[in-house]
Amino acid sequence: MRIRGFVAGLAFALLACGGTDQAAIVVTGSSTVAPLMAEIARRFEEQHPGVRVDVQTGGSSRGISDARKGLADVGMVSRAPKDSESDLRWFMVARDGVSLIVDASNSVPGLSKEQVRRIYRREISNWSEVGGPDLPITLVHKAQGRSTLEVFLEYFELEDKEISPDVVVGDNEQGIKTVAGDPRAIGYVSVGTAEYEAGRGTSIRLVPLDGVEASVASVGQGRFPLSRQLNIVTSDEPQGIVAELIQFASSEQVHDLVEAQFFVPVE
Amino acid sequence: MFQWSKDHLLLLWLRLAASVCAAILLLVAGFVLLEAFEALRDIGPVRFAADASWHPASEADQGLYNLVPMLSATLFATLGAVLLAGPLGIASALFCQFYAPAWVAQLQRRIIGLLSGIPSVVYGFWGLVVLVPLIRLQAPPGPSLLAGILILAIMIVPTVALIAESSLAAVPEAYLLGANALGISRVGIIFRVAIPAARSGLLTAVILGAGRAIGETMAILMVCGNVVAVPESVFAPVRTLTANIALEMAYAMGDHRSALFVTGVVLLVMVVGLVAVTASFATETTHAESTHG
Amino acid sequence: MARGMVQTSGVSPMTRQPRQRHARWLDGTVRAVVGLCVAAVVGVFCWIVGDLLLVGVPELSWGFLVEAPIDSGRSGGIAPILVSTLAILAVCLGVSLPLGTSAALLLSELAATDVRLVRVVRRSLDVLAGVPSIVFGLFGNAFFCVALGLGFSILSGGLTLACMVLPILIRATEEGLRSVPSDYRHAAAALGITRTRTIWKVLLPAALPGLVVGLVLGIGRAVAETAALIFTSGYVARIPTSLLDSGRSLSLHIYDLSMNVAGGEPKAYASALVLLMLLLGLISMALSISDRWLSRRMVHT
Repeated sequence: MRIRGFVAGLAFALLACGGTDQAAIVVTGSSTVAPLMAEIARRFEEQHPGVRVDVQTGGSSRGISDARKGLADVGMVSRAPKDSESDLRWFMVARDGVSLIVDASNSVPGLSKEQVRRIYRREISNWSEVGGPDLPITLVHKAQGRSTLEVFLEYFELEDKEISPDVVVGDNEQGIKTVAGDPRAIGYVSVGTAEYEAGRGTSIRLVPLDGVEASVASVGQGRFPLSRQLNIVTSDEPQGIVAELIQFASSEQVHDLVEAQFFVPVE
Repeated sequence: MFQWSKDHLLLLWLRLAASVCAAILLLVAGFVLLEAFEALRDIGPVRFAADASWHPASEADQGLYNLVPMLSATLFATLGAVLLAGPLGIASALFCQFYAPAWVAQLQRRIIGLLSGIPSVVYGFWGLVVLVPLIRLQAPPGPSLLAGILILAIMIVPTVALIAESSLAAVPEAYLLGANALGISRVGIIFRVAIPAARSGLLTAVILGAGRAIGETMAILMVCGNVVAVPESVFAPVRTLTANIALEMAYAMGDHRSALFVTGVVLLVMVVGLVAVTASFATETTHAESTHG
Repeated sequence: MARGMVQTSGVSPMTRQPRQRHARWLDGTVRAVVGLCVAAVVGVFCWIVGDLLLVGVPELSWGFLVEAPIDSGRSGGIAPILVSTLAILAVCLGVSLPLGTSAALLLSELAATDVRLVRVVRRSLDVLAGVPSIVFGLFGNAFFCVALGLGFSILSGGLTLACMVLPILIRATEEGLRSVPSDYRHAAAALGITRTRTIWKVLLPAALPGLVVGLVLGIGRAVAETAALIFTSGYVARIPTSLLDSGRSLSLHIYDLSMNVAGGEPKAYASALVLLMLLLGLISMALSISDRWLSRRMVHT
């Protein structure tokens, strides 16, 4: 009896397989861009009845390779194009700043580019040397390949190999959780995420860099030096509905969505 | 005649099903090897053990690919977790079988079942927010091999406990009643009758637990610190093989991506090793005698 | 069913010997150690769940269950995600249960005739049990999504999960089958009952407790899985209309909210609570089926 029920269920499920035959625009790639893109897609669907946009995640490299292989119509990449990637068409949808963070109890007033550079090379190993408490410094660093890491290394003119961190993290939230509550730690994460978390009482503080406060606003005004691009890519010149989506994604109509994700809209 | 052919069909189906299961491993292993091939060809297997460090994305010197520190981290973390979770899980099984009243045992089983279903990211979060600060009080920076061992242990307790219990439950009642009639104490019954009779199942429980520990990714990535180095103490941050794949796969291209699949190959080889070692201990009791139809 | 029928050894206090006293002391110690271990496990469980309850409960409401997520999940509910999760689980169990039970039958019942196959299958499963979930995810993407052309879909996700839970399902079922006394098989054979009937009427019912353990662990593993689903069933938070639609699972939603969406934490905790309740329901169902069946057996014999 149970078997028969099971077979019936399976048959029903197989029937259900043949459901809608609606073609969907497939977007894959960076997990940083994905939540934003999913919201953009939802609004685009509302304006274009009958069109479906499926947003998938899996990382920037997936976005690039899927777009190249034609597995996705649009790829998402959370960094600037490299020389080897000029075969793709790039469209910027937003910017995102990268901010240094410390625990809220850490009294260090601000850091200069040179100080950060020396901290990450371990030439400065105690907070008292830069005006903070008398505690050794714990370096929180990002994993290889992450775009925040690349922005960080490039700006501070550091080589990944000369840094020997105490903790390596992946996502922004992990960086924040690792630094929060540890007065020794210093790390760097996406500025919007950090600003939001600090605002809702998480024990972190955004450290001013070279006298410029780290905030979404200062990134938007172009005053804060550390920022990265959030891009979408296609393999060819986009056509038809895909072109419309891309145009929509970089237009003013989505600025509120960009800001809701704590990123900086592109003018 | 009809009956015979029905049995024959059944036999065919069982063989087919079992072969599909084995084929899945072949597919998975084949896929991982295929993806790893590029790196093994371009970089060569030796450099994965001999390079100075793990810096696959550095362009200046074509990348460095040493996997040994991560291999050691995975070994230590798994070993620690099994040493902790083995006794805990078996104790929980003994509790349900020999000590607890029926309803308490039932409650304990549900708790264990729920523990198995908490997503690893929740464990990781909890570890990062609760365990790591506690360890930091003892030895900064906090994220460490120890944190990884503790989280892994919690995560594999359900596997060990539930399978151990089902094998203890399988010990024939007659053994226990007989031992009881002989006036052997409960401890004696547990250690001299039940555990020896169930040892193959207990071993299975621990192996499956170890397999789960080797393969765990998300939680360990959040609490271990992920620094590529052979750990000098349990308080040192480490990066396991799985964490290596999960941390870097999203942004890896070309040889780097392929090198991450080599990490996967190393993991597979490790598990094969584990299985081979335990297979030499395991006694394979079967019901062969009743199957000559 | 506590099998601790040994309350005291039936020795009266008058005749208690030093050896017995030693045994009692030992019994007490072991009982204390076992109790301590259980307390530790339960303690950690309560700690984790307590944390979840503290942050998650204020977010829980009927609306949370029946609404679609809004603003990347920071507000709104999880309705489409619940539907996808159940669909993925159904595909996973629909495939792995029959396949797994059959493989377990072969492993335990035909070990003598199919020596080589049994050895290969058993070793493969042990290895498979240790393959990291992210590797399953990448494999599932390459095989089910791309090679078989299923795309990002509930079907791809469910099939990938089925590969993952098979080892645990099979091993537990096999343990259950091994516990069936050989007498049953002999008796069935002596009565001239076909092997097919023996399996349906004797072996599978007797192995049910083991099967249920496998089911509990398998369901737990499946609903908790994140890494294998990112690349297979996907990220789309829309109510799926067919098994070929992409659908976000609850665990992936929790991961995204807690790691990727600033301010998603409260909803992540609430979603984790829903996941635990769902799991508790499924586990209770499985356990009560096996309990009811076991008690029936007691009456019959």
